[in-house]
Amino acid sequence: MTSTDTTATTTATTTAAREHARAQAGEITDSMPVVPATDWPHPPADVPADRLTWAESIPGGRYTAVVLARGTRIRLTDRDGTACAPLMMWRADAPWERLNTADTVKVPWQAYLGTGHPLLSDQGRVLATIVADGSGHHDALCGASTLAGNTARYGAGSPESDSPAGRELLLLAGLKHGLAERDLPHPVSFFHGVRVAGDGTLVSTGNAGPGAAVDLVVHLPVVLAVAVADHPLDPSPDYHAGTVELLAWSAPEDLDALVADTFPGVDQDQEYRRALANSEAAHRAANPTSAAAPTGALAPTS
Amino acid sequence: MTQTVIADETVPARAAWSRVLRAGQTLTIVDLEGNQAVDTLFYDAHDTTRRYSAPATVAAQGSIFLTTGSVLRDDAGEPLVTITADEVGNHDTLGGACSQESNTLRYGHHTRHQHACVENFLREGARHGLGKRDLVPNVNFFMNVPVDADGTLGIVDGRSAPGKNLALRADRNVIVLVSNCPQINNPCNGFDPTPVRMIVTA
Repeated sequence: MTSTDTTATTTATTTAAREHARAQAGEITDSMPVVPATDWPHPPADVPADRLTWAESIPGGRYTAVVLARGTRIRLTDRDGTACAPLMMWRADAPWERLNTADTVKVPWQAYLGTGHPLLSDQGRVLATIVADGSGHHDALCGASTLAGNTARYGAGSPESDSPAGRELLLLAGLKHGLAERDLPHPVSFFHGVRVAGDGTLVSTGNAGPGAAVDLVVHLPVVLAVAVADHPLDPSPDYHAGTVELLAWSAPEDLDALVADTFPGVDQDQEYRRALANSEAAHRAANPTSAAAPTGALAPTS
Repeated sequence: MTQTVIADETVPARAAWSRVLRAGQTLTIVDLEGNQAVDTLFYDAHDTTRRYSAPATVAAQGSIFLTTGSVLRDDAGEPLVTITADEVGNHDTLGGACSQESNTLRYGHHTRHQHACVENFLREGARHGLGKRDLVPNVNFFMNVPVDADGTLGIVDGRSAPGKNLALRADRNVIVLVSNCPQINNPCNGFDPTPVRMIVTA
């Protein structure tokens, strides 16, 4: 708190009320965007601070939405080790194309998210690729918590309550971008793991601990929505979602490396290569005069 | 109690089907020739933004598989339909629908112009005012999608057989939207789509 000593001021006049309001500005809290993002006070050592395009901390029970360009790299960090971050993406230039969780697990033949896993749209394209994962605790099966589920568990699930459901928050994010309820399918969730037992039973594996981070590279322009809300299978009786840090920076060389199959630590299978090729083709078709990523290494499809 | 048959229809191989079920009515799906995947979506008939949610369904029941007693829920977590009888088990919640677009990733670009479930959903859904934005990952009745210990997941041979059936009861008035899967590249229907029978009783 910097300057909110209300005893020294009055708000009985317009001038005084304006002074009172203006005196609040300039605070730095743990729940806010920093603009411009290059002013972010504590960039990680491996992130070029002058390339930051978005920097925000999202407290538990809240959300954000931002349009991100192709070639953006995102880092989400579970600051306290108690976060769950349901994430949704729509293609910014064609929002009826959007994340499809069924294709995201079916196409790579893999239910668990990790480094190299593509987040696929319903049009056979990669919206983003997970390129680094310091958590290993994620979920593409259970979606975000629901109004009915949170009401049953915590007594409330609406956005204004103390235990907002993840889906309610993602819906607000979509509505702010002109989207409607029908435009909100199911998100993937970072930082709270789930595993499937042999008989199909779902088992919560919780969080990895404070500071766990996951990085994504964006392949096509997207509206990115991130909520922070307890996972539907979180065994805790109390709502305890912690802060998630969202950093984004321009990283066209990372996208180039994925397309060229030279990105360290990302093993690419044939389904991924075709998804990548489809994304590049869509970009070129829509932007024939812009510089496309080098696609010479794109494998022929089999 | 005597059941009244309200409808008894056969959905041809590869085709779409839809119907409004009134609360309390039962739909019995008969896998006539066996090993046919029946891709299905449910919407509240009065508010189609209330639609089937695979994540809400599996999270609430704590399992990825559907069988007798499973409650299929909407995005807000409320019940849409309940499975009341099942001769097969393990109906799939994860695989979603085949589409021309996903087929290019899974099998190669030569499959691009094969008719797929999403087209059935779009064409049949349009009769109810539903469009692309209304489509979400669906239930696959009779389809078998296991998850291995390392997360490997895939569509494998079905567990159904000729004449096996399941029944579900509408918990409110719902639109049932079905694609009798045309997929010919994987074992969801033994690489050979076959007809199914839909019986509605009250």
